[in-house]
Amino acid sequence: MPSSVSSSETAGEPALDAAFFHRWLTAAAAAISREATRLTDLDSAIGDADHGSNMQRGFTAVTEALEKEPPGPPGAVLILAGRQLISKVGGASGPLYGTLLRRAGKALGDAEQVTVRQLADALRTGVDAVAQLGGAAPGDKTMLDALLPALDALATDGGSFAAASEAADKGALATVPMLARKGRASYLGERSIGHQDPGATSSALLFAALAEVASS
Amino acid sequence: MKMLINVAETVVADALRGMAAAHPELMVDIENRVIVRRDAPVAGKVGLVSGGGSGHEPLHGGFVGPGMLDAACPGEVFTSPVPDQMVRAAAAVDSGKGVLFIVKNYTGDVLNFDMAAELAEDEGVQIAKVLVNDDVAVTDSLYTAGRRGTGATLFVEKIASAAAEEGAPLDRVAALARQVNESSRSFGVALSACTTPAKGGPTFDLPAGELELGVGIHGEPGRERRAMMTSHEIADFAVDAVLEELRTDNPVLVLVNGMGATPLLELYGFAAEVHRVLGEREVVVAHTLVGNYVTSLDMAGASVTLCRVDEELLRLWNAPVRTAGLRWGC
Repeated sequence: MPSSVSSSETAGEPALDAAFFHRWLTAAAAAISREATRLTDLDSAIGDADHGSNMQRGFTAVTEALEKEPPGPPGAVLILAGRQLISKVGGASGPLYGTLLRRAGKALGDAEQVTVRQLADALRTGVDAVAQLGGAAPGDKTMLDALLPALDALATDGGSFAAASEAADKGALATVPMLARKGRASYLGERSIGHQDPGATSSALLFAALAEVASS
Repeated sequence: MKMLINVAETVVADALRGMAAAHPELMVDIENRVIVRRDAPVAGKVGLVSGGGSGHEPLHGGFVGPGMLDAACPGEVFTSPVPDQMVRAAAAVDSGKGVLFIVKNYTGDVLNFDMAAELAEDEGVQIAKVLVNDDVAVTDSLYTAGRRGTGATLFVEKIASAAAEEGAPLDRVAALARQVNESSRSFGVALSACTTPAKGGPTFDLPAGELELGVGIHGEPGRERRAMMTSHEIADFAVDAVLEELRTDNPVLVLVNGMGATPLLELYGFAAEVHRVLGEREVVVAHTLVGNYVTSLDMAGASVTLCRVDEELLRLWNAPVRTAGLRWGC
């Protein structure tokens, strides 16, 4: 973590600007693109083998839209990204990831800069909306199982993006022994056990990207 | 795996260009991915819109036309369409009498159609929704996403649309659609996995000499795998699985549906076995449809859908229909 972010976090001063959010989403798009095959492979084990290509299409649209429009405040960047995901991804991940970013963006309002704590709170609002939309609970083998541990790690004192990313990775790994209760994997019942959830895996990539841009 | 495509990224757009070329009676908006009957909106008629992932052709685009859907919204392969498509379709087909969304029960389809319904209502279009969930292979419980929508979609789309053609109002068309769904149950088997263009290989491993019982229409594995069975044995298993959840003293419509790669020769042989079992169970068949209607790309296998009908449903089923995939009486 760069000293600029951690020091201003402790001081509670605005630290993250629109350019940071732009870099985050660009890094997320690159990570999704790099891991697209793996996401699709995970999805073919317990789903319908399209998670990687869908997320890649969505995040490509996000980066294109961000390059076309000059980024407004951080909240506007997230709202724009969320709208692109809803319009371009389809499937369940489009509305779910789109809602996550859109609601988080709305929660940030039109502040030109936000603190890490404000971002954490906004993401919490977004994840709550995801839980409501998808009707899933922790332990159902969904993206929530990576998102919630990451937010918890971020919310603890001294929490960092790196710690959140690590918690998300662990959360995604922890979906392996879970029995899927939501989404297409739930059709498999017991046979969903033993496979890592693709949605939890892509969620972890978003936090990995966040940690990456914060430390660069 | 060899495929008759250019590149995976354009398969849906390429197919839509082909539909436009072959069916001038349809308006095919390739860029926005909406297929609309050319005379829409039909004055005084409720509009019917469906959609879902591509890869199930002729569902849904092949069922657009007089007597059936007013519009269809194809998503990417096995991926639900996005809300923008349904909003555009609803606007194109609404005559002022409202629009019915027919939605197969998959998490993605439900979420995207829900978002679309909200947006379309903001634009002043009255929307009703019906969920199709006929697949008995999935336990309908709080702990799953619920039964999947499969073959019954064809019965729902055909019968509800026939009522709309006769001028039935939105609430009546929606109620009929729900009745058809509740009266229909399906069971499918796969003899091979399917190949999505994006993956280029099979979506699951099914060893030679085994079949997947209770398979879905997206290459998602079923619930049980067994050593390969005969058509006779598969018909016993599938029909009994359906009848377990669909008690009927009424006649039934039968859909013997190919998953995409099973020859009609085999499907007709299977249809004979399905009729034999139904006879043994003393179920009267009102009408049988055999063919590839709700497919799963190049999957080999078949599904059986039964729909319990009364005189009204049967009359609406027999009403004229003129679409690329289903056509009779006109």
